[in-house]
Amino acid sequence: MKKINVQLITGVFVVLGIAAFAYQAVNIGGASIRETPGYTLFAKFDSVSGLRTGGIIEAAGVRVGTITGIKFDPENYKAIVSLRINQGVTVQQDAIASVRTQGIIGEKYIKLSAGGFPEQLKDGMEITETESAVSLEELVSKYIFDGSNSKK
Amino acid sequence: MSSIAKHLEDLGTYCLTALEQTGRTFNMLLQVIWELLKPPYRLYPIVRQMYFIGARSLILIVVSGITIGMVLGLQFYNILQRFGSVELLGAGVALGVIRELGPVMTALMVVGRAGSSITAELGIMRITEQVDALECMAISPDKFLIAPKVVAGLLSVPLLTMVFDFVALFGGYFVGVKMFGVAEGSYWNGMVDAVHWADVRLGLEKSFVFGVLVTLICCSRGFYMHLTKAGSQGAEGVSSATTDAVVLSSIAVLFSDFLIGALA
Repeated sequence: MKKINVQLITGVFVVLGIAAFAYQAVNIGGASIRETPGYTLFAKFDSVSGLRTGGIIEAAGVRVGTITGIKFDPENYKAIVSLRINQGVTVQQDAIASVRTQGIIGEKYIKLSAGGFPEQLKDGMEITETESAVSLEELVSKYIFDGSNSKK
Repeated sequence: MSSIAKHLEDLGTYCLTALEQTGRTFNMLLQVIWELLKPPYRLYPIVRQMYFIGARSLILIVVSGITIGMVLGLQFYNILQRFGSVELLGAGVALGVIRELGPVMTALMVVGRAGSSITAELGIMRITEQVDALECMAISPDKFLIAPKVVAGLLSVPLLTMVFDFVALFGGYFVGVKMFGVAEGSYWNGMVDAVHWADVRLGLEKSFVFGVLVTLICCSRGFYMHLTKAGSQGAEGVSSATTDAVVLSSIAVLFSDFLIGALA
């Protein structure tokens, strides 16, 4: 009669469990073991309502970075967002960062639009041209308000 | 009048017993930690218990994981189809499994398969005076019997949960993509977009807590069997201790699941 190798089977079990965990953590959970190479830029917005840390930065619909931090600037009542831009992606000095929504009720993300200046922004610099989050409720109320005004 | 007084007395006794058992279980946890810190350190008993609690539950976990994934895929598909948003199927299945169903179902399976037999084993050792024999030989039963089981539970349940999650995602994939024809890309990408590292971590934390909770409750129920009312009744006492252990640890798993979920 063959003896069951307890240690071997337990070893197989442990390896299977850790492999399943690694798959979930890296592939699905998106935990990165080391930071993707890139550089950090800052941008000040009047409102980043709905934007979250870990959100996506897109340029021309392609993901080019991650939002790594959102802070409140008490001096001029603005939100300071740190943008981690992937290496190889260049941002011109007059590029525009705008807070947009995916679909009507989707998640908020930052859209980068190309500028025309030849100078590129470097690590730690600020994107000066920004557009704040557009609130659907504000738009609707504006529409209703303007409508009633024009009738007068 | 006296019958009311008797009922009140019974209720009081019941509450006191429950508190006493909670205290004993917690005391056992401290005892185990203390014994683990003291040499000699022996790994093989832990491996043996991991084989019993973990490796031998693997087939059960794989089968139940696939089934749960398929059921979730089926039900989510039916609901999402009404709103024309079947591309959310992957997100729904993944979040449901990773955050809640994976840890809870795995813990309940371990309670049923390994927990009950831990209680029965320790209970029988107690009534056949094997525990007393160990104490006579100056071998700490906490170190020799309980500690390997608790450590094995702490390590095995998270590993089993991860296997459960992994398999359940493929169960959902099979039903959603292969049977109902949801686009393969939207299933996996929806999952990747919806699940964050925090969700995986929450599931992992839950399963660590469940692992300790389940093995601890089952161990203390069997080990301290002689102190309960049914304990003096031999084989019948073992059967009632086992039932108690399974019921209690299932409730503990479900309730602590809610607590951890509310805290996170």
